Amino acid sequence: MKSLKNHISLIVALFTVLFAVQIYVAVDRTIDAYETRLKNDYSIIVVANKALTVDEFKAMDSIIDRSEPIATDQVLQRLKGEMAPKNLELLKLTLPKFYRIYLSRFPTPEEIAKLQKRLEKNSSIQRVEGYAQTHDTVYKLMLLFKDVVQIFSIAIAAVTSLLILKEMRLWQFQHAERMSIMALFGAPVWLRSAVLFRLAIVDAIIATILVCIAFFIFEENGWMDMLLRTVGITIDLFDFLHDGIRSLIIALSVSIILTLTIVIGNDEEE
Amino acid sequence: MDKVIIAENLSLSYKEFETIISKASFSIDAGSFVFITGASGSGKSTLLKSLYGAIEPRGGQLVVGGVKMNKISTSKLNFLRRHIGIVFQDYKLIKEWTIEKNVMLPLIISGYTKEVSDPQIQKLLSHVKLTHQAGKYPPELSGGEQQRVAMARALAHNPILILADEPTGNLDEYSSEVIWNLLEGANTQLKTTIVVVTHRVPSSISVPYKHFHIEMGNIHEIA
Ligand SMILES: Nc1ncnc2c1ncn2[C@@H]1O[C@H](COP(=O)(O)OP(=O)(O)OP(=O)(O)O)[C@@H](O)[C@H]1O
Ligand SMILES: [Mg+2]
Repeated sequence: MKSLKNHISLIVALFTVLFAVQIYVAVDRTIDAYETRLKNDYSIIVVANKALTVDEFKAMDSIIDRSEPIATDQVLQRLKGEMAPKNLELLKLTLPKFYRIYLSRFPTPEEIAKLQKRLEKNSSIQRVEGYAQTHDTVYKLMLLFKDVVQIFSIAIAAVTSLLILKEMRLWQFQHAERMSIMALFGAPVWLRSAVLFRLAIVDAIIATILVCIAFFIFEENGWMDMLLRTVGITIDLFDFLHDGIRSLIIALSVSIILTLTIVIGNDEEE
Repeated sequence: MDKVIIAENLSLSYKEFETIISKASFSIDAGSFVFITGASGSGKSTLLKSLYGAIEPRGGQLVVGGVKMNKISTSKLNFLRRHIGIVFQDYKLIKEWTIEKNVMLPLIISGYTKEVSDPQIQKLLSHVKLTHQAGKYPPELSGGEQQRVAMARALAHNPILILADEPTGNLDEYSSEVIWNLLEGANTQLKTTIVVVTHRVPSSISVPYKHFHIEMGNIHEIA
């Protein structure tokens, strides 16, 4: 089992690529989940001198998802004892309409500024109140974290791919003799390279299983989940169906493409 | 009589302005037994290479088993090679396969399962007196033993043509006898055409044979 060492190095390399990709995906997913949370919490208050429908708001800016009128009844109720019903009725008519506007995604500061301007252009809108504290520090840190992690995972994936290529060259060297002998007895290309493909496919499957196990342990362990829950996020770091299948596809394509390059290279040598 | 090999003005070389075999014309009948002799470096292995398509004719025509070897396609060559058994001067055994699997190679390529090919393999291994080594790997065998494995492999798929390059080069008299008997057996019983490169025609040979000699790039028959 001299080839066991080569097996392991290809599996480790494939595993590293898959792991890097999965980290990239998981971080992306975390940020997305956090943005959704922020978006749901985030709203803008609009004061208008006439009633505006949801569609009217939506027409003003595509980022607007929905609007909710803020009930003024409660305030008026409180004034009931202190004012004459007639005056109250008058006040009700002259009182501006208040709306809470929700957005379809978490806005950047520029988007908020633009939105504010667009809303104010409308003659019936008197005032727009966005939050000054739009981007909290956690969010900014997360964005920074995302950039760092993604650059790292791309770098890791690139370096490992090079390692795999080098590994495959070694394979080619090891298998070249057998493949050329088989050719001398009339074996077609697919038969000569069947062993290579079998190794590549088996290694890809093993690497995928290892990644699944790694993330399973990660999730079972729970500390990552706990950490995320403290910032109000619950996500699947590893979705066993989707991420598992994607990992398998990536592993298989990487190893099969590399094997193909070896086989084609070997065939030309003849 | 059918010709298995027809060469007309065949020239062979590795580089463009070099000649190893020059304008040789000869033919080999189906079912015949042929010896090729010549000094070291005269081009015996080179001639065999052209017969299994490892080098293309530099000039002239070469037809093997009815297939034109000039500009032969890969699929045609693969097909032809599946009907030829070759014993290489350097054996060319697959190191990471057992002796048994090495002998099985031509049958694997032809798509036979282990169950079907096993009796044939066991028979051949016993013919070359290597049954006890079946599970070993080529590097664990002596040179002569490896040569006998190569012979068994060349016979495994009952080829129509056997090309053997110094098949007894590393063997003692007794083992050489075993090889010659195997080749004679294939020739008489299976009508296999045998082309053997050797530096000396064995005296013990009992079948009718032809003898070609290579000298200065020419191939001529010795009566
Ligand atoms: N792959 C090659 N590339 C270039 N030249 C080669 C190659 N193989 C053989 N030659 C040259 O071709 C000539 C004939 O070689 P070949 O191997 O056919 O000789 P041979 O008759 O089989 O000799 P021997 O009895 O020693 O095996 C030699 O001069 C050799 O140097
Ligand atoms: Mg030779």
